[in-house]
Amino acid sequence: MAKVLMKGNEAIAEAALRAGAEGYFCYPITPQTEVAEYLSKRMSEVGGMFLQGESELAVANMLFGAASTGKRVFTTSSSPGISLMQEAISYMAGAELPAVIINIMRGGPGLGGILPAQADYFQAVKGGGHGDYRTLVLAPSTVQEAVDLTMLCFHLAQKYRNPVMMIGDGMIGQMMEAVEFPESYEEPPLPSPDEWAATGARNRKARIIKSLFLDPVGLENNVLILEKKYQQMIREEVRCESYKISAKNKILIVAYGTMARICQTAIDELEADGVSVGLFRPISLYPFPEKEILREATRKNIKSVLTIEMSMAQMMEDVERAIQGRRPVHFYGRSGGIVPTPEEVKEQVHKLLSAKRHSSKKKS
Amino acid sequence: MAVDSKTIFDRPVALRDVVTHYCPGCTHGVIHRLVSEALDELGLRERTCGVAPVGCSVLCYNYFDTDFMEAPHGRAPALATGFKRMRPEMIVFTYQGDGDLASIGMGEIVHAANRGEKFTTIFVNNAIYGMTGGQMAPTTLSGQITTTCPAGRDTSHTGQPIRVAELLSALVTPGYIERVAVHTPAHILNAKKAIRKAFTLQRDNKCYTLVEVLSTCPTNWGNTPGEAVEWLDENMIKYFPLGCYKDYVEPEGS
Repeated sequence: MAKVLMKGNEAIAEAALRAGAEGYFCYPITPQTEVAEYLSKRMSEVGGMFLQGESELAVANMLFGAASTGKRVFTTSSSPGISLMQEAISYMAGAELPAVIINIMRGGPGLGGILPAQADYFQAVKGGGHGDYRTLVLAPSTVQEAVDLTMLCFHLAQKYRNPVMMIGDGMIGQMMEAVEFPESYEEPPLPSPDEWAATGARNRKARIIKSLFLDPVGLENNVLILEKKYQQMIREEVRCESYKISAKNKILIVAYGTMARICQTAIDELEADGVSVGLFRPISLYPFPEKEILREATRKNIKSVLTIEMSMAQMMEDVERAIQGRRPVHFYGRSGGIVPTPEEVKEQVHKLLSAKRHSSKKKS
Repeated sequence: MAVDSKTIFDRPVALRDVVTHYCPGCTHGVIHRLVSEALDELGLRERTCGVAPVGCSVLCYNYFDTDFMEAPHGRAPALATGFKRMRPEMIVFTYQGDGDLASIGMGEIVHAANRGEKFTTIFVNNAIYGMTGGQMAPTTLSGQITTTCPAGRDTSHTGQPIRVAELLSALVTPGYIERVAVHTPAHILNAKKAIRKAFTLQRDNKCYTLVEVLSTCPTNWGNTPGEAVEWLDENMIKYFPLGCYKDYVEPEGS
């Protein structure tokens, strides 16, 4: 299929349909509202279900009910809206339901602002809602990747019967880029939802979709069932990408999403100036590519690691955890909707290179 | 000599043969039975999915022999909306208490009713939070003693109890809203008619339907089952009058 020029939010919407989404629930919030506007027209053309709910709280719970039917369903929102959805996300994880939640992030905390940020890293990756659960989290850095990962989200949600989240900063939703949709959507075989979905107790026992286990042994068992899935995710779903990583690198930058792209520009310019820097870009934020980062960060010539975010050292905690103190981990980031420029990135690299010693860890 | 025998009373198929966890004198069991009878009579059990609330009836999925979802507190109408929208051929009902529906879930019930979602709500109003041990609910009567209003509900700063059937009837869309009670055999028969009517309207894909059922809670009201029946009759019906608040009317030209 030929490439088309599309806004990120609209491309995400179209990708969801191509991945077989049959139901979409939404509530307007900047900067992701174009997904809802696009689907309000497009859903009916493909015979799907579109519903604008009264709040993100309700929308996420509609998603919960809809996911119980076994059909592919999703929602999109932005940071404050995603906070309201955490209740249902926790319940869906506990009840083992597949649902896709896409967060086009804006600056926070609170009402924050409407410009691009990555400040919901902790919320997405560390749980967000209550209880012992995880959501699988993917983060695209281009509109094309947003398309590819959106489609992958639907597969992974069904594969693990667990909420899957894609987080893109506002830039991913708002910018226009050329994208290509696959001619046909193919995915590895999945267990049929008929095995677990609520479809009516005809010729089978009644099914109860729930996260309530009053007996602590029963609840621990459920948590262990979930934990087993998370361990499988760690084995099978780590995704990451390297850019210009070589034996010459003295510094390794770790960044994701739009921030990683800006770092690529900075790395190209540094290379032209004779400074060799590599980029490690996590694509799956949970599971986090720990082993992969450790391997790249502990290459012989790497003196230090620089984590760059559009948030305040959130992913850095995972980078530090992965590197286990074997290299100093530095941080640079902007917040509130301010996007670091390639110049700022280069300045941080030069600062590190000119420092006499790299042995002390500091947050600059 | 052969004896002709005829079964005149039995357990509905949609109701499981299990031991109840409800307190003596609680009318949840009666309401469960009425819902099950209606599902049996209309032949709907095999295509029904219920939505359980948070509250005493959180475990109602243990009693109904139908598919079930267990909702977060107050969100049953949102789950029912999502489910029914994806599978309109299914019969969906929410079973909710007054804390669940009229307090934490007020937003969800108003909007589901106003969208005319084609599911049925069985709203059990016993004027108190039961499971957490008898706290003030939005439906607690003026002067009624609970653990969070030990001197009796003071409506000067907690407001007057919310009349859900009347409130939702102020909306244009909802099709059928009736308030019934289950404290006497005659009331139980009326309640059954209302519940059956609600499921019939849903089966025929007509409208949103809600049956508010006045219910007893002797444990948290601090009286005996017999006294609870009298208290409901003397106090609750006065403030929550029984009757059909909104009856389904076929749209013109249909």
